[in-house]
Amino acid sequence: MPDARRSMLDAFARRHRLHVLEALPWGVAIAAYFAFPDYLALGAQILAVIIFALSVDLVLGYAGIVTLGQAAFFGTGAYTAGILAANGWGEPLTGLLAAGAMAGAIGLLSGAIILRTSGLTLLMQTLVVAAMLSEAANKGGRITGGSDGLQGMDVWPILGQFRFDMFGHTAYLYCLAVLAVAWIAVRALVHSAFGRSLTGIRENVMRMHAIGAPVDRRKLVVYTVSAVLAGVSGGLIAQTTQFVGLGVLSLERSGTILIMLIIGGVGQLYGAFIGVPLYMIAQDRFSTIDPTYWYFWIGLFMVLMVVFAPGGVLGFFARRRARRGKP
Amino acid sequence: MGDFLSIAISIAFHGLALAMVLYLISVGLSVTMGLMGFVNLAHGAFAMAGGYAMTTLMNRYGVPFWLALAAAVVIVGLASLVLERVLYRRFYGGGELNQVLLTMGLIFMSVGAATYLWGPVAQPIQLPQALRGQIDLGVRDFPVYRSFLILCGALLVTALWLALERTRFGVRVRAAVDNLAMAQTLGVNTSRLFALAFGLGSALAALGGGLGAELLAIAPGYALDNLVYFLIVVAVGGLGSIRGPFVAALILGVADTAFKYAAPELGAFFIYALTMGLLLWRPRGIFGPA
Repeated sequence: MPDARRSMLDAFARRHRLHVLEALPWGVAIAAYFAFPDYLALGAQILAVIIFALSVDLVLGYAGIVTLGQAAFFGTGAYTAGILAANGWGEPLTGLLAAGAMAGAIGLLSGAIILRTSGLTLLMQTLVVAAMLSEAANKGGRITGGSDGLQGMDVWPILGQFRFDMFGHTAYLYCLAVLAVAWIAVRALVHSAFGRSLTGIRENVMRMHAIGAPVDRRKLVVYTVSAVLAGVSGGLIAQTTQFVGLGVLSLERSGTILIMLIIGGVGQLYGAFIGVPLYMIAQDRFSTIDPTYWYFWIGLFMVLMVVFAPGGVLGFFARRRARRGKP
Repeated sequence: MGDFLSIAISIAFHGLALAMVLYLISVGLSVTMGLMGFVNLAHGAFAMAGGYAMTTLMNRYGVPFWLALAAAVVIVGLASLVLERVLYRRFYGGGELNQVLLTMGLIFMSVGAATYLWGPVAQPIQLPQALRGQIDLGVRDFPVYRSFLILCGALLVTALWLALERTRFGVRVRAAVDNLAMAQTLGVNTSRLFALAFGLGSALAALGGGLGAELLAIAPGYALDNLVYFLIVVAVGGLGSIRGPFVAALILGVADTAFKYAAPELGAFFIYALTMGLLLWRPRGIFGPA
C-alpha cells in the first residue's frame, strides 16, 4: 500500500480513537470535587445538565434537527423520577431508568408524528410538544403539584449504601458516574456507522435519500435516543435537588440549553462539556450580584457571539488551528 | 337555547378581538419569514416595546392615548429599521440556528431591559373615555374596547391586502417572496425592500402591542410568554402571506376563547393539539403550498 494512502487511513482511524485531551474534562471534574467542596451541589447540577446538552448535540449537531422543545424530554424525565420518589419508590437507579424510558417513549411517539416536517414547521412542532406537556403538568395538579411544583420527594440511598448528603458529595459522584456512562454511549454512537449517516443527513439529505439510507428511521432513532438522554438528565436533577417545578418543561429551558451548547460548540461532542459549566458558573456568580439582569447580559452575550464568534469556544480554537495550518 | 346562542356570540366576539391583536402582531413576522427567510423569534419584543412606549408616554408624561399610540408605532418602527440594518441583515439566508440564537438573545435582552426600566409588574393602562363601557349593537351590548379592536383589525387587513395587491411595493414584495433571485434580476432593490417590510412589520407589531395591552399584558416576559401564539399564527397561516395569518389568527383567537370557556382545566392544551394537527395536515400552512 502506498505510504500516502496508509497515512491517510491511519489518520482516519485515529479520529475515532481516544485522544489524550479527552481525559481533560474528567480530570477537571475529579479535581473540582476536591478543590471546591462548597460548590458540589452546583457541580452536580452542571454534570447533570451536560447530559442534557449532549442530548441536544445529538439531534442538533449530528442530525441537524433544530429543536426548541428539548425541555419536553428533560421535564418528562424530571417528573417521572420525581413522581416515583414522591409516591413511595425512591430507589434512584431504577427511578433514573424509568425517567429515561418515559422520556424515550414520548420522544418516539412525538418524533414519529413530527419528524416528517422540516424547517420552521418542525421547529414549531417541537415547541408545541413541549408546550402541551407543560400545560398537562400545569393542570395535572393532583399528580404533579401544578404550579407549586412537586413536593415531598424521598430519594433512597444509592445501591442502599450512599445517602444523599446536604453537601452534595453523593450527588456529585452520582451525576459524574451517570455522565460517564452517557458520554461513552454517545461517543460510541456518533463514531459508529449510524453516527456517520446522521452527519450525512445533516449535510445533504437529498443525497442520503439517493444512496438509499433510511433517513426517516435514522432521524427517529436519534431523536428517541436523545430524548432518553434528556430524560435521564432531568431525572438526575429531580433526584439531586429533590424538587420538580414547571420550569423543567418551559421554553426557557429549551432555549437556554441551546445557548449553553452553542457557547461550547455544536456537533463536536465536547461543546457540552465547555458551554454548560461556563454558562452555569457565570449564572451562579451573576445571580449573587445582580439576579434580575442576568437575562440581559446573557442575551447580549449571545448576540455578540453569534455576530463575532459563531461556532462557540471550540469553533474559535478550530479557526485558530485552521489559520495556523495555512502556509 | 337562548343561553347557548348568547354564549356563542360572546365567545365569537371575544375570540375575534383576541384574533385581531394576534393578527396585527404576527403579520409582520409572517412577511419577514416569507420574504427574508428569517426566523425572528424576537418579533414579540417589538410588540412589547410598542406597549411600553405607549404606557410610559401616557402614565409618566400624560400624553393622550391616541397620540401615545401613534408615537409608539413610529418610535418602534424607526428603531427596528436601525436594528435591521445593523444586526438582522447579516443573517438573511444564513442558517436557521444562528437566527434562532440571535433572536433568542434579543428576547432575553428585552426581558432584562424591561425588568430594569419598568420593574417586573405589568404596566397599568388607562383607556380613553371613548373606548370604555358598552355599546349597543342592536343584538345586545358589547364592550366598546373589543368592538374597536375588531373594527381596527378589519380595516387593517383590508388596507394591507390592498397595499399588497394594488401597489408597486406590494408587487415587489410578492415577487420577492415567490422568487427572490428572479426579483433581483429584474431590478428590484431587495435590500431596501427587506428594510421597509421589516420596519412596517415591526410598526404593526407595536400597534398590536399598544392596542392589545388590555388583552396581552405589558410585562417583561411578553416576548417569551406569547411567542408560541405568534409562531402558531405564522406557521399555521403560511409564510409570506397576508391572508393566511388572518385566517390562522381567527381560528386561534376563537378556538382559544372557546376552549378556555368550555374546558378551563385543560387550558391551552387543545390549542397546541389543534396546531399540531393543522401543521401535520398542511405542513407549510393553510395557505402555503401543499
